[in-house]
Amino acid sequence: MSVNYGSKRVVTGAGYGMRDWLAQRVTAALFALLTLIVVLQVIFTSGPLGYEGWAAIFAPQWMKALSFAVFVALAYHIWIGMRDIWMDYVKPAGIRLVLHVFTIVWLVACLGWAVQVLWRL
Amino acid sequence: MPELTPPRREFRNINALNDLPTYRLPAAGWVSILHRISGALMFLLLPLIVWLFDTSVSSEISHDRFQAAFAAGIGFVPGWFLKLVLLAIIWAYLHHLIAGVRHLYMDMTHSVTKEFGKSSAVVTLVLSIGLTVVLGAKLFGLY
Repeated sequence: MSVNYGSKRVVTGAGYGMRDWLAQRVTAALFALLTLIVVLQVIFTSGPLGYEGWAAIFAPQWMKALSFAVFVALAYHIWIGMRDIWMDYVKPAGIRLVLHVFTIVWLVACLGWAVQVLWRL
Repeated sequence: MPELTPPRREFRNINALNDLPTYRLPAAGWVSILHRISGALMFLLLPLIVWLFDTSVSSEISHDRFQAAFAAGIGFVPGWFLKLVLLAIIWAYLHHLIAGVRHLYMDMTHSVTKEFGKSSAVVTLVLSIGLTVVLGAKLFGLY
């Protein structure tokens, strides 16, 4: 079997998983951070949260910008995860291609909607 | 004289319906497969999650609609069912988050012992289910 690791590896151009492995962790940490920021603000809002308090969390420009960046990161996170699931369980190339395309369309559509919500606040 | 051994049985494939239910997973196995299931569930429910974000945050009017959806239902979906789906999302997110933190902790500290794998998996399951019960009780107005 050809060597597919180390300095003598046969370069096939397929990637070795390191980039996605790291991206999966970095994007996850970013979303955990955003969750923490939102949860802390919800907890430390005095009195009942209501619409005012909830909307106020996402109103500042820095929060919109941060949320936007994290939503994009999250979409990439979900893409890696769902692609792994399809690659593990769906072998026929045709069906897999359809599912990959569906995943991307689904994610980009949801991302666009979420970003629209952010910037019309 | 060549030794006559019976041919080994080969397991080339598993049948999801016949074989999977017979597998007995250790705690870490449950955390692993539930990590995948919770992620896929949230992917499928993503439009609902964005809708919840949209209606809750966009305006006072939409916020009222958001609250009414859980109290009285929306369209053909009764309120209790929406709460049940939200409970599933809450569990999925908690499990995915805690199992993810477990992954990061293992990556950073090189915790690869069998004992740690088991104990941290049990902690993950107890925390995610426990928090789901606490938040679910709040969701259904038990306190």
